[in-house]
Amino acid sequence: MSQSTSAMGNEKIKSSRRKFLKSAATLAGATIGYSWLKSSQVLLFAAEPKDESLPWYGIVIDIEKCIGCGSCAKACKKENDVPIEPFFFRTWIEQYTVKNDGSVNIVSPNGGIDGFEQTVPDEDIFKSFFVPKMCNHCSKSPCIQVCPVGATYDSPEGVVLIDEKYCIGCRYCVQACPYGCRFIHPVKKVANKCTLCYHRLKKNLAPACMEVCPTGARMYGNLRDKESELVKFLKEHTTQVLRPNLNTGAKLYYNALSSEVR
Amino acid sequence: MKLYIPPQLTRLALAFAIFISLFLVLRHFLVPDTFGQYGYYRGASLIDNAQPEIHYAGQQACFECHQDIENMKAQDVHSEIHCETCHGPGQKHVLSEESADILKPTGREFCGLCHAMNAAKQRNAVFQVDLKKHNIGKNCIECHNPHQPWEMKK
Repeated sequence: MSQSTSAMGNEKIKSSRRKFLKSAATLAGATIGYSWLKSSQVLLFAAEPKDESLPWYGIVIDIEKCIGCGSCAKACKKENDVPIEPFFFRTWIEQYTVKNDGSVNIVSPNGGIDGFEQTVPDEDIFKSFFVPKMCNHCSKSPCIQVCPVGATYDSPEGVVLIDEKYCIGCRYCVQACPYGCRFIHPVKKVANKCTLCYHRLKKNLAPACMEVCPTGARMYGNLRDKESELVKFLKEHTTQVLRPNLNTGAKLYYNALSSEVR
Repeated sequence: MKLYIPPQLTRLALAFAIFISLFLVLRHFLVPDTFGQYGYYRGASLIDNAQPEIHYAGQQACFECHQDIENMKAQDVHSEIHCETCHGPGQKHVLSEESADILKPTGREFCGLCHAMNAAKQRNAVFQVDLKKHNIGKNCIECHNPHQPWEMKK
């Protein structure tokens, strides 16, 4: 009698143990599967939104073509009434000079508006190039995530815009942008940044910087349209975004970007 | 059996009701009409952002009057350069047709923005001139027609 009871008890323990192991394995599998799925989703750069009736803008800057004339930075200031003081820029140009000893010299006098004087003598230069900078119009942008009031947003066209009437000027977005593309407007006291000349795009005109670029180093286009010049360029060239490790989903692609560029 | 609700709970419920309705009323007046229309932002802000006046008219607007320049430019290396790269914002000039409303830059420094020697410029991207040696004291446009730079002036 006592023996059969203990046998039954063993059976019970065995079956409950089996059940426990089974459910534990399922749970572990599901967790691993979910985390794998999630990480592969995270790895997708610049996730495309669903509304397909509108263009979804991307930008290409060809470093090999830029000659550092400063036309873009000047035109941007004039088109968008950006304050003329030399520390407010929606777009600017940096000159990187890699010296023979390996050190890197970066200059941007007045954002490049007045052109560049070569500061390093020829014989010390290993390589030198210009890097125009502007808002990367990230699809997963840090500046939007930190805005406490919803005053900055990703428009349906993939352009990161600011609602000047709603912005409280708290500067969170200015310090959140890893590319340093935002500033506080000294008169309006609200955040300000490149809008990819949204008012021009709506009138079927190119952004001011791209209108005036003499070498065609800047290009914008519809990433959704696989036949567009921009997508063709991206297919044919080796491009890179700035700080891909931050996973901002940047839509500003640089051709021939050197690893020294920060 | 009658359900017994303690009086303090009734008072608490009343307080909750008042605060929640106050919150809803305030929220109704504080949240802008178009907030949340497309996302977590004011939908009307898209219209606000499309409002500003343009300053750069675009090359097509220039060529509607200046066809001679268009033809001249097409024959030389500056053909790809848009008018407003050198002449500055042209919308005011397009509307007024006053020559005072457009820039006519002269001077070696202006041409030098593109053409001065710099190690960072790709050799085939632009023709580079050493401004310290090339015809010092003379203005570029004394010899070169900016619309047709290789047609030398006599």
